[in-house]
Amino acid sequence: MSILGNRVVRLEDPRFLTVGGTYVDDVPLDGALFVTYVRSTMAHAVISSIDTAEARVAPGVVAIFTAADVDLAPRPPAIPMLNMAMTRPWLSTDRVRFVGEPVAAVVSETRAAGVDAAELVFVDYEPLPAIVDPESAEQSEVLLFPDVGTNIAMDIGAMMGFSPAPDFFDGCDVVVRQRIVNNRVAPCPMEVRAAAAVWGPDGRLTQWASTQNPNALRDSLAEAYGLEPSQVRVIAPDVGGGFGAKTGLSTEEHLLPWIAKRVDRPVRFVETRTESMLTMGHGRGQTQFVELGGTRDGKVLAWRNVVLQDAGAYPGMGGFLSFMTRLMASGVYVIPKVEFGGKTVVTNTTPTTAYRGAGRPEAAAAIERAMDLFAVEIGMDPAEVRRANLIQKDQFPYATAMGATYDSGDYEQALDLLLDAAGYRALRDEQARRRAEGGTRQLGLGLAVYVEITSPVPGPEFGGVEVTADGKAVVRAGTFSHGQGHATAFAMIVADRLGIALEDIEFVQGDTDLIPTGQGTMGSRSLQTAGVAVAQASTQVADKAREVAANLLEAAPDDVVLDTASGNFHVAGSPTVTRSWSEVAAAAHADGDGLRVDIDFTPEGASFPFGAHLAVVEVDVETGRVELTRFVAVDDSGRILNPLITEGQRHGGIAQGVAQALMEEVRYDEDGNPVTANLADYAMISAAELPSFELVPMETPTPLNELGAKGIGESGTIGATPAVQNAVVDALSHLGVRHVDMPLTAERVWQAIQSAGEKA
Amino acid sequence: MKPAPFEYHRPDTVAEAVTVLAAHGDEAKPLAGGQSLVPMLALRLARFEHLVDVNFVDELVGIDRADGWLRIGAMTRQAAVERDAVVAADAPLLARATPLIGHFQIRNRGTIGGSLAHADPASEYPAVAVALGAEVEIAAAGGSRTVAAADFFLGTWTTALADGELLTAVRLPVWSGRCGFAIEEMARRLGDFALAGAAVAIRLNDADDGVAAAGIGLFGVGPTPVKARRAEAALVAGERHPAEIGRLAMADADPTDDVHATAGYRTRVGAHLVARAVERALAEARGGQR
Ligand SMILES: Cc1cc2nc3c(=O)[nH]c(=O)nc-3n(C[C@H](O)[C@H](O)[C@H](O)COP(=O)(O)OP(=O)(O)OC[C@H]3O[C@@H](n4cnc5c(N)ncnc54)[C@H](O)[C@@H]3O)c2cc1C
Repeated sequence: MSILGNRVVRLEDPRFLTVGGTYVDDVPLDGALFVTYVRSTMAHAVISSIDTAEARVAPGVVAIFTAADVDLAPRPPAIPMLNMAMTRPWLSTDRVRFVGEPVAAVVSETRAAGVDAAELVFVDYEPLPAIVDPESAEQSEVLLFPDVGTNIAMDIGAMMGFSPAPDFFDGCDVVVRQRIVNNRVAPCPMEVRAAAAVWGPDGRLTQWASTQNPNALRDSLAEAYGLEPSQVRVIAPDVGGGFGAKTGLSTEEHLLPWIAKRVDRPVRFVETRTESMLTMGHGRGQTQFVELGGTRDGKVLAWRNVVLQDAGAYPGMGGFLSFMTRLMASGVYVIPKVEFGGKTVVTNTTPTTAYRGAGRPEAAAAIERAMDLFAVEIGMDPAEVRRANLIQKDQFPYATAMGATYDSGDYEQALDLLLDAAGYRALRDEQARRRAEGGTRQLGLGLAVYVEITSPVPGPEFGGVEVTADGKAVVRAGTFSHGQGHATAFAMIVADRLGIALEDIEFVQGDTDLIPTGQGTMGSRSLQTAGVAVAQASTQVADKAREVAANLLEAAPDDVVLDTASGNFHVAGSPTVTRSWSEVAAAAHADGDGLRVDIDFTPEGASFPFGAHLAVVEVDVETGRVELTRFVAVDDSGRILNPLITEGQRHGGIAQGVAQALMEEVRYDEDGNPVTANLADYAMISAAELPSFELVPMETPTPLNELGAKGIGESGTIGATPAVQNAVVDALSHLGVRHVDMPLTAERVWQAIQSAGEKA
Repeated sequence: MKPAPFEYHRPDTVAEAVTVLAAHGDEAKPLAGGQSLVPMLALRLARFEHLVDVNFVDELVGIDRADGWLRIGAMTRQAAVERDAVVAADAPLLARATPLIGHFQIRNRGTIGGSLAHADPASEYPAVAVALGAEVEIAAAGGSRTVAAADFFLGTWTTALADGELLTAVRLPVWSGRCGFAIEEMARRLGDFALAGAAVAIRLNDADDGVAAAGIGLFGVGPTPVKARRAEAALVAGERHPAEIGRLAMADADPTDDVHATAGYRTRVGAHLVARAVERALAEARGGQR
């Protein structure tokens, strides 16, 4: 019997739960100095002077650098679709563009000395008016990059040929329109960003990093410092979460090798939580103008979404993500006409980046909110409106108007499973009862049926398997687990194919000297890329081993069987004479070139997990307070290797998705000062605010890979956010409320009730 | 270390503590549970040349009942207050307020004296103190004094404590007779400071259901905890309509806008919470003799 599909307890957890992990900050580095960045306290200002004299002579200070010292060229945005003239300096030159931007670097013997000295660096700012609201950026006379002449960092509409058709809604009985704010949120991984740089005597750079993609980091450092990739070694030790925000290369980390060279010592940088909230990169930050038209009997005919993406002060990954929103624009529905337009603008705020879902939650939130608006308008149950428009299971592979090809799915089954598990009819009855009674606690039901894209970036991924001379296995991967449980998942694949015990399988990742290539872990890609490579490598190792075993058993390789239950080789038909893995491995290492296979696996394409979520909320109409009382989720990510791990991913994702809907939002005052830069003011959600989730299993394998697996890492944030938002609006729809923007704080909900009351 | 440098003192007695405090004037600050002070130091929102750690002053710890008063030493942890049988019996309002403070990890370190001295207007204990009519005991090198809770809180994070003074204990009158108590608050998340809240104590006449005494302390709706005198008086005068009592209570409040809520919303929710707490306290008082 295969181990796959079993609830195998994570192999990595005992260490994390007992002695703890080893993070960049824990890595012993002889003689390492500490780097503290002096950060802009202004959102938008011209720097008239920087006085470092007093700080330079402060105790423990080794050096202080400002932009004038740095002889590296400013960096254009990492993504070519963005306005390449909007370059980012390493340290601020003449101007700062957001609070938190590094202005100077203090290098000190201790962290404390650095923090004390940073306070003695005096920066003279001449304040400029700040752009905080992305909706004002395009027209504003204030320009973040005066030489560039515009605040537009990308015009996705123009690039993709968007021009609103005048007859777009012809034939529609009903058209609903809404401005929807997809609120800016902070990723908040448990471990903040940290890095260290060490130059070897051979001129080789070793960079320790808290990253999601060590190999990409290596290549980018090599490029920045004019080195061959082989002259750079990146080591990612344990990494305490990333959620997408640790994929890019931060200015703060990127400058470390330069500093290390200048002071001729290893240097280390570990940000504080406040610094992390200011500079790690925020997610979402998209304003959507949606229009959906259809017939009175519930058929959607036309869907238009025009988005304004906030890139923050320097355009990067976040500025580009509306491409993902565009690709997934029409969600799970067959819609004859789809249009998508929009722009990305720069503002005097923290740059935005990828955050769990990265562009797809925005797509799902827009269409799922619009479906509810439409349902209310035509007086149909939201579940039935959805059902009437779903892509049918015999339509796969399904090509969408925006150019995606959905691999496999059965959306209607997902919806049915959900409604059944939730007891949807009974909940609607209860809702009607409470409305009739007119009490203070009203019930709301919110649906979201979603599809998302995982492993969206094409290209090969590395996975390797080796059986060492003692009959144990080493599995290597170019992805990078920073909480996802790859040590367990990949070992299960090896165990399944080779019959080697889990505890005899060592997992190696995160050191570019040991892992030659790899894209890292983001976009829920790891199992369907590296996992498949590991599976294929396992099979090939088994083939090699059978040849060796054939020799030992004096049989033809084709007649030798590997019994994965016992981990022994025998000749077909005579199971009593066996050779163990250790015998075979010893022979293979003694007589040949061992048992190691490395694979670069290129998937045929991206995969499209899907599902359906239902949120049940109670809203206190006197205070606006929302309580999420139930959350039911059907998530189909193809074949499940280990339900314990996928459930963990669903739990975390749903929690973050609910958080965006109910409480989390990064905010600035009108001058661009952050007002939510710590975890007291930024309402990160906790278990106390959440019910136990009711998870319904569903498995529709993808034909794209031999494991049948899609990705599960981001489903939670994609389905949960609109489900919760829809539920809150649904609770109040009988009062005339049609839409409330997120986060649905008590005050906001209460205000919505008041203004609906005034209108009525 | 994240805070600006400071000198650390560790007295063992109140006498030693006030001597050190007196020696350094406004450059010194007592360190109690550290749950408010340390984050402020770490963020460098506050800095002091001298920290006087009173965690080793045993005489500041303890809960005693005498002469109709409950006396709780300043360094008594919130978690100890939460679990104490005497507090549960003699100051139920304080006992019920305690689980609303932060999270258990915070209550394990946080102290009752620190909570009162810190005087965050959204804190539960200061509101309970004004509702019940508590007094705080204060020691200084020159002698000690007692201040009524109603006179102790002067503004956000500002109290009647002068430089060199140490809060040594809080004294809570034991409300006996036909009493009821309730605390209601609204916070964004479990453990967050309240956006608005109300602590209510009510004593009924023995003979009829008339209100003999009422104490209402509001929190999160002004620069200090607010004693809702008008609502208290109305209750004693026979007003029973919850919404009206809520409205009267908020007439004594002075909420402001901040990042978490507007003044208007705080007023609205505050009134609602007062109404709910008064209803619950009245119901409990009617329910029986204490
Ligand atoms: C995440 C979090 C959530 C919280 N939530 C809440 C909440 O919901 N409600 C709430 O009420 N509190 C909350 N708190 C604050 C907590 O209750 C603190 O413990 C309390 O406010 C201060 O008590 P302390 O003993 O920690 O004092 P410290 O932090 O040590 O001191 C606070 C201040 O009081 C002064 N001080 C302390 N003791 C004395 C004394 N004996 N004499 C004179 N001055 C003194 C100090 O000098 C300092 O200025 C929260 C704290 C955190 C970190």
